[in-house]
Amino acid sequence: MATDDEKGVSYNAEEFLQLFKKGAEFTQDLLKENERLRFRILQVEENLHSTDDEMIVTDENRKLVEKIEALEKEKAEILERIIQVEKENQDFAERYVEVESENNNLANLYIASYQLHSTLDFREVLQIITEIIINLIGAEEFAILLLDEKTNELNAVATEGITCEEIPSMVMGSGTIGSVAKTGDNYFVEDMAGYARDFQNPMVCIPLKIKEHVIGVIVIYKLLIQKKNFAPVDYELFTLLAGHAATAIFSSKLYSESERKLSTIQGFIQLLTK
Amino acid sequence: MPEYKILIIEDSPTMRQLISFALKRLQGVRIVEANDGVDGLRKLSSEKFDLILTDINMPVMDGLKLVSLVRNDANYRTTPIVVITTEGAQEDRDRALSLGANDYITKPIQANRILELARTLLRPA
Repeated sequence: MATDDEKGVSYNAEEFLQLFKKGAEFTQDLLKENERLRFRILQVEENLHSTDDEMIVTDENRKLVEKIEALEKEKAEILERIIQVEKENQDFAERYVEVESENNNLANLYIASYQLHSTLDFREVLQIITEIIINLIGAEEFAILLLDEKTNELNAVATEGITCEEIPSMVMGSGTIGSVAKTGDNYFVEDMAGYARDFQNPMVCIPLKIKEHVIGVIVIYKLLIQKKNFAPVDYELFTLLAGHAATAIFSSKLYSESERKLSTIQGFIQLLTK
Repeated sequence: MPEYKILIIEDSPTMRQLISFALKRLQGVRIVEANDGVDGLRKLSSEKFDLILTDINMPVMDGLKLVSLVRNDANYRTTPIVVITTEGAQEDRDRALSLGANDYITKPIQANRILELARTLLRPA
């Protein structure tokens, strides 16, 4: 049988064991808690890292967006510049066509003027005027009439498509042709499409003038089929013909007269010196 | 652009000068002028041309006769020929084309048309 002392010792040991067990359980709990907290720390750390990454990505995106916006702006500017350049290009093309046309017109005027003054032979001058009217203006039927200052009448000296005999003499100041010769103003019929040939009333009548002195006229009765109306350069050619053809005719006439007089005088001298 | 030789056969000095003036705007071309068909044939036999422009109504030998003779020449069987006509001379124009002319220009002469034709006909195949 156990004594009281033995009983007390046994009780204390049991109590101690219980206490030790509780201590062990508490330690187990603490270890578990520690493990849980460590796991939590790891989680928090991981979360923290991922937030940093997100922040970096967002910053790069922002930079890219800014770059895209800058590029879009640049693209819009380039497109605007292209439109401007295209417009300028179109303007240049139109200007080129205008200059080309102007160049052609000037060439025609230059050639007409050059040819008119290339000879002092009266018949040749008339031939050149005829060629200019056919080839540069595009007339099919026309005549050159010169003023006879003795009779004050205009007589045909050269024709194309018609004969000189068909053209009646015109009195200075009378009728369309006579009036043009008197006033020195160009005449163009109003209705060119509906015009029918009338020798007294031509389609066009251009005075041949040396300053204000009229020496004759050019009358046009019919244009070439493909020539429907006059272009601006034709009016320039008419103006040129009015002046240059007149001086060319006048000079060639003077030259042939002086040549004739010279040969007459030379004939006399030869007779006298024989 | 290589040098091309162009022959203008035309009795009118005004027309010759006008056509020549227009063609001189092409780079690398040499222009030779002839007064009529016979003069043109003489020049065609002395050197080779790449393009021939000829009037139809000319003294001594007209343009139609010239086109016919040139096309029968082995050296000029394929050389482009352009005839210069008036619209009224439709028959002459048709005849020239049937004889072997490549194209035609009508009067009044437009420098642009001459240049356009020359550029087209001188273009290497």
